[in-house]
Amino acid sequence: MNLHTFVVHVENKPGVLTRVSSLIRRRGFNIESLTVGHAETEGESRMTIVVSTDDFGARRVESNLYKLIDVLRVDNVTNRPSVTRDLALIKVTATRETRVEIMQLAEAYRARIVDVAPGSLIVEVTGAEEKVDSMVEVLQPYGVLELARTGRVTMARGAIQEPEMTRDFEDVETTEDAAVSYSV
Amino acid sequence: MTQPTQPAQPTQPASSRKTGAQILWESLAREGVTCVFGYPGGAILPAYDAMLDYPIRHILVRHEQGATHMADGYSRATGQVGVAIATSGPGATNMVTGLATAMLDSIPIVCITGQVGSKLIGSDAFQETDITGITLPVTKHNYLVTRADEVAKTVREAFYVARSGRPGPVLIDITKDAQQSSCEFVWPDPPKLRGYRPAHRPVAREIQHALDLIHSAKKPVILAGHGISISGAGAIVRQFAERTNIPVATTLLGIGSFPASHPLNLGMMGMHGEAWVNTAIQEADLLLAFGMRFDDRVTGNLKTYALNAKKIHIDIDPAEINKNVRVDVGLVGDLKETLEQLMPRIENCDKSDWNTYVNGLKGDAAVRDIQNLPDNGHLYAAHVINDIWRTTEGKAIVVTDVGQHQMWEAQYYKHDEDRSLITSGGLGTMGFALPAAIGAKVARPDAEVWVVVGDGGFQMTMCELATIAQENIDINIAIINNGFLGMVRQWQEFFYERRYAATPMSSPDFVKLTEAFGLKAARVEKRSDVIPTVEMARQHPGTMLIDFRVEQEDSVFPMVPAGNDLHNMIRRPSAIVETGADA
Repeated sequence: MNLHTFVVHVENKPGVLTRVSSLIRRRGFNIESLTVGHAETEGESRMTIVVSTDDFGARRVESNLYKLIDVLRVDNVTNRPSVTRDLALIKVTATRETRVEIMQLAEAYRARIVDVAPGSLIVEVTGAEEKVDSMVEVLQPYGVLELARTGRVTMARGAIQEPEMTRDFEDVETTEDAAVSYSV
Repeated sequence: MTQPTQPAQPTQPASSRKTGAQILWESLAREGVTCVFGYPGGAILPAYDAMLDYPIRHILVRHEQGATHMADGYSRATGQVGVAIATSGPGATNMVTGLATAMLDSIPIVCITGQVGSKLIGSDAFQETDITGITLPVTKHNYLVTRADEVAKTVREAFYVARSGRPGPVLIDITKDAQQSSCEFVWPDPPKLRGYRPAHRPVAREIQHALDLIHSAKKPVILAGHGISISGAGAIVRQFAERTNIPVATTLLGIGSFPASHPLNLGMMGMHGEAWVNTAIQEADLLLAFGMRFDDRVTGNLKTYALNAKKIHIDIDPAEINKNVRVDVGLVGDLKETLEQLMPRIENCDKSDWNTYVNGLKGDAAVRDIQNLPDNGHLYAAHVINDIWRTTEGKAIVVTDVGQHQMWEAQYYKHDEDRSLITSGGLGTMGFALPAAIGAKVARPDAEVWVVVGDGGFQMTMCELATIAQENIDINIAIINNGFLGMVRQWQEFFYERRYAATPMSSPDFVKLTEAFGLKAARVEKRSDVIPTVEMARQHPGTMLIDFRVEQEDSVFPMVPAGNDLHNMIRRPSAIVETGADA
């Protein structure tokens, strides 16, 4: 068992998130993290889904996602060179004595202070999950009041490749006419 | 595109403007639909009103679950898409069991439900349910249509999705205002869905690998599944088996796709499969899985399943490859097309040593076969089903329910024709048989249709006798009546120390009941009465029901207890011969 990261392109239609999350749940997998947002093409959304499973399980997640009609493309980027980022907003208690100290810590993490209030600061930190974890841990002693994390967003490095699974078979160009033969 | 400022196009005839309800029937007719099974209600009323102007037969069911099973039976009998229609709320939720049944067995049906007006959605309006949400896991795809101009496109897409690739059920939920409002009717072009890839072809290196395994195998077995029927691959599977000389074991839903009387057909595999079939699978060095999915009911314990066998799996659904059983070669594609690719490169093989060995395993089982018992005064379900087979010369479409009688049917009715056994395999839906048989008969009015059903399952959907009476459906019904929920009782006998919790079951007088519906019925208690009564039912113009009072505590043998090794079967105790003679 290890973490598998899928980048999934879907049609931007109502209910797509439910279809995807419902499928993963009913096939018995647990979603560690899921992010959704617009993709580069109009009408498409991009999801980064992290699932804890073995290699066969990852393959099942992928092939089942492809069965959803609103899913356009699935890439298991787990073993591919890729960039993964997590963003956190951390509201931390800051007194007159600790404010400067917190700001220095934030700087060490290349984090930014995005809000200053009399009793608190909001720190925005971006990076691999471990870095964000570490930032949170370091701020914990000052008193973390609120924590919001986006979950993983991942993108493979370099040029776009064929999705791995489809290498084992060829997609056949289909029209309705071609499909009718199955129903005879 | 018409600009809003332009006046109406004079070239457009006024009649091309239709309501969503009219477009629905127009679209169904263009998809070749001639018959739908349904039940009206408030939110689907506009559609029902428009229906009267279209040449489509409507069969009024007595429960919406029945409508879905009828559409399912219609589809299983022909391969065409079956259609069921219901109203919102309870009408729609009653369809869930039928959708799940069709989903598990890859049956193309389209279910149409009315929905409350689009402005009322989310307000807990009268008879509102989120049916697209509810049916998400039990449909191949579903749609919520809120505008008249989406109806035609959605219907076309739904039929395409339902029957292409691995078929499955599709639900279309149409709001009342979408049925009532009007728009220009345009029949859309064939759908092109970017994210839908129904057809695949295996790559060359996998084909070569498969050929090598087939030619070098000494003890191969073909596992023939439902995919043969769906793909229309019966003829080529037969050629393949004959040229390679490989024996064939079938799944429950594979029955009929390879003729039972063919010398290479071993019979059914799995939990209640023939002992020699399961033994052959466990001893095989190569399994060729053709359009089957290694369900737990056919594999038993996966840790000990066919350990010495290499496995070649041909399936149209990539998600089935390596799902339950790790395979050596996965060929993703339509079964017929894939075998057409393989066949020109298949050499004639001689596996006669293996065939002789496997056939030799049958001897022991034949002695235990209840068919060979002399008439000891008791009526056994096996005898009844075997006699129905002999009387109908194996040419009927038999529709079964779920339980002991279903397994006895699979064992004792020998199906030579494709699509001649209609049964709920994956979901195991009790109550399926009677409505599914109505659907099958409507689809194939010239075929002789027999329902084989238990006393338990029959009581789940027996209200459809009224549908039979109203629509003049001519089928025959054999109730295998043992006064128990037999399969559950059998498990209680074997695994729960005969503690019969909630399995003894009383029934109404089925003969009187049937007569109350205006249909003919008879009761049979002796073996000598079986054939004459079956013959009477065949001659009777109209539906006849026969209440067969069979041995109460008979069990289905052999049996692989759930999760056990496939070769560890409970065999029919020979003691039953004495038990029978005692009485």
